[in-house]
Amino acid sequence: MIEIKGLYKTFGSKEILNDINLTFEGGKTNLIIGQSGSGKTVLMKCAVGLETPSKGEILYSGRPFTHASLEEKMSIRKEIGMVFQGGALFDSMTVEENVAFPLRMFTKMSKSELEDRVNFCLNRVNLPQAHAKFPAEISGGMKKRVAIARAIALNPKYLFFDEPNSGLDPKTSLVIDALIQEITEEYKTVTVVNTHDMNSVLEIGDHIAFIYQGRVIWTGDSNTIVEAQIPEVRDFVFATPLMKKIFK
Amino acid sequence: MFRTFKQPGRNKFFREQFFRELDALGVGSIGIIAIISLFMGAVIAIQMAANIDNPLIPRETIGYATRESVFLEFSSTVVALILAGKVGSSIASEIGTMRVTEQIDALEIMGVNSAGYLILPKITASLVINPVLTLMSMFLGVFGGYLACMVTGMLDTSSYLTGLLFEFRPFNVVYSIIKSIVFAFIITSISAYRGYYVEGGSREVGENSTKAVVNSSIAILFWNLILTRILLL
Repeated sequence: MIEIKGLYKTFGSKEILNDINLTFEGGKTNLIIGQSGSGKTVLMKCAVGLETPSKGEILYSGRPFTHASLEEKMSIRKEIGMVFQGGALFDSMTVEENVAFPLRMFTKMSKSELEDRVNFCLNRVNLPQAHAKFPAEISGGMKKRVAIARAIALNPKYLFFDEPNSGLDPKTSLVIDALIQEITEEYKTVTVVNTHDMNSVLEIGDHIAFIYQGRVIWTGDSNTIVEAQIPEVRDFVFATPLMKKIFK
Repeated sequence: MFRTFKQPGRNKFFREQFFRELDALGVGSIGIIAIISLFMGAVIAIQMAANIDNPLIPRETIGYATRESVFLEFSSTVVALILAGKVGSSIASEIGTMRVTEQIDALEIMGVNSAGYLILPKITASLVINPVLTLMSMFLGVFGGYLACMVTGMLDTSSYLTGLLFEFRPFNVVYSIIKSIVFAFIITSISAYRGYYVEGGSREVGENSTKAVVNSSIAILFWNLILTRILLL
């Protein structure tokens, strides 16, 4: 479980996050949604320690993270897997080397164990034939899948996805969403997804937090979000003609 | 800076990265250093020959002056300035691109000390390989002078060699090596710093690569002055 308690973040005089209180549970897909500039990326960066909150605390299974020493943070981070918006694959390494990287860095697996684990992870994301390719040689959807394979290589307890469907076609987006949900249920990970894709919201939103101008103004799930009465949430959910048509 | 010198992860990784950087920063620079040293040595010898026309100055002075110019300044300082352009911009743009494409964030999230993983092997490889490049440049510089004498006939090669060996001070080689080590640290650390703290996109990566070269070059010239004052006077 990840607990975010009274989190504030300011850049200079600009307040980005204001008193965020959230709990993300294991085995569930937790979505952070909101318009661009609402603060959801900053919230995710604070959660994984890439930004330091101005105030507040983040607990990973009860262990304080925000004010922990660098060593303690590094130790918690070894339990975190993250899939970045652009994949953030190491472009000097092949797909296989990318997935093997955390295993080689933090485990003492033999060469055959390593190969087995890499094959397992790449098969898990339906990429059994891409081992020798470099990130520049594969499509955006494949990059995301390799990033997921790398993120799950060490069996993380906590999985973060930053805009997993950005730049992908609707069909590939569905594949990625399905993967996220399957992995979450299979490994009982605490999965946090930062998105503004309504398809994802309706497909995989077990727990949803809506952020507006740095505040959480609504929480619920994929069934209740279409019934939300808060104007900002309704504007977001029914922003596209398709959504208006479906839920008319 | 402090994190750069902390253990980045497993030793095996450091070794792998170290040898990769040795190849990229050192072996990859051999060609350009060799060509420049050979030609500069030849040019220095020709210019010496053209300017020493006083019959009271022995012709062997050409070899002596070429050696002193190459050993004291060219092979350490000028080669360092060339490396600042070639290696410095490459380090800054490589690390900068990793920063803007979130590859450094990915390392951090995995629990890897990204500064130690990316920068330490570059600094150590550079500290090891730069003195070797300097020694190579010294040899090729004076050899270039020898070739110039042989080809142009401005001085017989035995006189050139006599001048080359005249009052040879081994400390001058040590002085040059010390400078090359200091300059290696300056180039890699400044360039890595510039790359590591890039914010923005490809434009900023380009800007920081240029700043890395400019800052490294100025720092090299400044420390050249300090080291010369400390070591030679």
